[in-house]
Amino acid sequence: MSAYFPTMGLEIHAELLTKSKVFCTCSAEFGGTPNSRCCPVCSGLPGTLPVLNRKAVEYIIKAGYVMNCEISRFTKWDRKNYFYPDLPKAYQISQMPRPVCLSGNVKINVNGAEKNIRINRIHLEEDAGKLVHDDVNRISLADYNRCGVPLIEIVTEPDFHSADEVIAFIEKIKLLLQYAGICDCKMEQGSIRCDVNISIAPKGSNELGTRTELKNLNSLKAISRAIEAEIERQEELLDNGERVIQQTRRFNEQLGETTAMRSKEDAHDYRYFPDPDIPPIIFTEEELEEIRRSIPELPEQRVERYVNEYGIKKADADIIVGNKTICDFFDEAIAEYNNPKAVANYIIGELMNRINRGEADMENLNFGGAEFAQLVEFMQTDKISQANAKTILREMIENGGSPKDIADRDDLWIKEDSGAIALVVDEIIANNPKAVEQYKKGDQKVFGFFMGQANKALKGAASPKAIQEYIRSKLEGNS
Amino acid sequence: MDIKRTNIRALRKALDSKEISAAELCGEYFKRIEDADPRLLSYITVTKEKALQDAEKAQAVINAGNSAPLTGIPLAVKDNICIDGVRTTCASKMLENFIPPYNAAVIEKLNAQGYVLLGKTSMDEFAMGGSTQTSAFAKTRNPYDLERVPGGSSGGSAAAVAAGLAPAALGSDTGGSIRQPASFCGVTGIKPTYGRVSRYGLVAFASSLDQIGPIANDARDCALLLNAICGHDRHDATSANVDTPDFSEKIGKPISGLKIALPKEFFSDAVEPAVKQHVLDASKELEKRGAVLVDCSMPGLKYAVPAYYLIACAEAASNLSRFDGIKYGFRGEGRTYEELIRDSRSRGFGEEVKRRILLGNYALSSGYYDAYYKKALALKQEIIKEYNDIFGIADVILTPTAPTPAYKIGEQDNDPVKMYMADICTVTVNIAKLPAVSTTCGYTENGLPVGMSIIGRRFDETTVLQVADEWENGFAPISPKL
Repeated sequence: MSAYFPTMGLEIHAELLTKSKVFCTCSAEFGGTPNSRCCPVCSGLPGTLPVLNRKAVEYIIKAGYVMNCEISRFTKWDRKNYFYPDLPKAYQISQMPRPVCLSGNVKINVNGAEKNIRINRIHLEEDAGKLVHDDVNRISLADYNRCGVPLIEIVTEPDFHSADEVIAFIEKIKLLLQYAGICDCKMEQGSIRCDVNISIAPKGSNELGTRTELKNLNSLKAISRAIEAEIERQEELLDNGERVIQQTRRFNEQLGETTAMRSKEDAHDYRYFPDPDIPPIIFTEEELEEIRRSIPELPEQRVERYVNEYGIKKADADIIVGNKTICDFFDEAIAEYNNPKAVANYIIGELMNRINRGEADMENLNFGGAEFAQLVEFMQTDKISQANAKTILREMIENGGSPKDIADRDDLWIKEDSGAIALVVDEIIANNPKAVEQYKKGDQKVFGFFMGQANKALKGAASPKAIQEYIRSKLEGNS
Repeated sequence: MDIKRTNIRALRKALDSKEISAAELCGEYFKRIEDADPRLLSYITVTKEKALQDAEKAQAVINAGNSAPLTGIPLAVKDNICIDGVRTTCASKMLENFIPPYNAAVIEKLNAQGYVLLGKTSMDEFAMGGSTQTSAFAKTRNPYDLERVPGGSSGGSAAAVAAGLAPAALGSDTGGSIRQPASFCGVTGIKPTYGRVSRYGLVAFASSLDQIGPIANDARDCALLLNAICGHDRHDATSANVDTPDFSEKIGKPISGLKIALPKEFFSDAVEPAVKQHVLDASKELEKRGAVLVDCSMPGLKYAVPAYYLIACAEAASNLSRFDGIKYGFRGEGRTYEELIRDSRSRGFGEEVKRRILLGNYALSSGYYDAYYKKALALKQEIIKEYNDIFGIADVILTPTAPTPAYKIGEQDNDPVKMYMADICTVTVNIAKLPAVSTTCGYTENGLPVGMSIIGRRFDETTVLQVADEWENGFAPISPKL
């Protein structure tokens, strides 16, 4: 057991899903040919002025509400001054003393226990551009497409004491932001990014130790590993009688260790001051209420709806809601075929299995919820056998297409051809007199044997019900 | 046609009556520029080719009988206002070859009327100064005495209008940069209310104080130009969404009963006796014509210059950070990013600009913010309050525009504080976001113009222009010999 306990706080940056950038009308979409999504304003040409995108303000207010924050009635913007080639104005428009959202809280579940994480503040700012380093030609190139994409920065209180808590919180924040339509939270594209402030102190101590800040964390796995590595590093330092130095550290994924980027002494003096180009905003109660009312259904409300209205098990509802893409897929499916339980079962039992095995990618499925629902319906109404449904699903995953077309093309329908059933079953009965004997003596279990044999021979061309009825009539008719 | 000190209304008549064509008219100005500007140095860039094209287009509109007030009128524009495809230097080596890919909002508005651009006028580097001697390219001289400064920072615009190298020009005013050169060069200039004219496309010096305005031969032309460039702009969040009147609507109406305040602090010993006398004489003349003079006080004036320089330099330090040699403009040398920007900025900026950047960054630094920047903001509120008090008892305020007439080139070079203090009469107007017009009220024994300023309530440009016009009606301006 370690003699120390860690304390962590997070700074999460999330890019907003607005169509245009926060201070100009350029597209805020990810990617694009370098420098194709910028204009005189976001590339910081002399004489240009920022004009605030009100949509971005709406989004951050929504973020504040879903994290139970107080929304400031008066908010303003400040300039954070520093030189860097990805920042064409040499200042970032951000918020210092008057952020839009203050003091909220978010509940998380860690290993079955509920915990409350306090939010210190959420503010709105602009993203910087991107630098591309060409080591061969020894040059660096700047891409300003991301300049001015609206960002919110969520700052938590130091309420975390394990990597598991941090991961649970980020997952919860991702869900909240996705469901509220605020951010797509694609960590691999950098639309959500997380810095971790971390310190350790001897167990029982009331004071926090010196903290370091971990940056450059590109996945949940990296965050978890970086935290473990940094705790270990700090423990070693203290065990050896050394001090932790307040500094910013970068996580090296290959080495699995953190390395120093800059210390407190090198820290910038950002010379914050109110941005004279952007007038402060005063919100009325009516405006805030309207924004609050426009927040879509959140994860917890969806789980509740699925359990109460659809009779889905809480555990299953949690699984579906735990991934917004799957959840939207589910909603789309039950709009096509109103049998939520059957659809949920087939998503969890069949589709998610294949996703987990890497056979399918939920973000790039070749078919929609409606097609999936048709397949479930065919199965539920005995038009397609379970075995053939699996074949069709595999085909849909690989090449797309509707279940009807695939079943037509590959002849996978249940045909209810009584002649074919009779032919097959009669033969099985004729070939297995011993089993017939057993059944007649009252061994019901042997019925399953006949079913299995018949199913196999009929290859899904008849419904189990029809086969069952015929077998029963034969066995019992002979008695 | 004699174009020296000919006003825009007269040019309009000449154009509409086909006395002269638009091309011939701008040709007259280019002749005058070729003749006089080698001595005056008022232009940084002359846009002859573009002007002839613009004039041709304007002529077609005139011929069709669709003239707007500025169709075919040649104008000069200060070189910190961006024009698509025209070099915009801010009189700095840093932007020596910068060609903006877009038009300032005011240029879009002038284009809509079919104006003709003569060229870009010189100024103090990045509008920082009151002499136009910090210009990297054209240290403009005063047309009344070539040994003297034209004022600044819009010294090129004021000198060009005074010497007949343009009938009118756009300037910008952050702490007096339209009014003081207008005063030194014997012409009329108005700094509109903050928010009246869009700043979009004006290369920022101090964003909360900057405002574009006209410099012209008289108050009527100023009104005419202000009519053209004013109005709300969705590209400038600080531009005011208010009604825009016809700024000449009160011109010619009697000023009887109008209350003119004379705050005693503006007539202290810091102001040269001759200047003081001319302004006081003018006030007496206005009284004769029906105005009521009101004594009052503005105790906060003694803090105005320090407060102004803290706010202006803080904003400037941030605004000018973008000039790093990476994206456009002057690029120095260096192996690393830090070396490159250090060299670019060390060599690209002049001394006065660097002084203000240092001052501004110092004022914003942690540990000093409260003592300097925050205190300056508190003083700003005090000055606003004192103006509000005065406007409770008076309609306009009359002050000298500058403590002295135009001084000799080089006279103030070694004493920046003395130079800053010379802004005492003008900076409070920017701090309080008020409109103010400067017009000539007399000449010194040496024949140098003396200017007075009429300051109005926010968005009350019509009254200050009315008073200036009333004064100008009984005043005979003396043209410079140049």
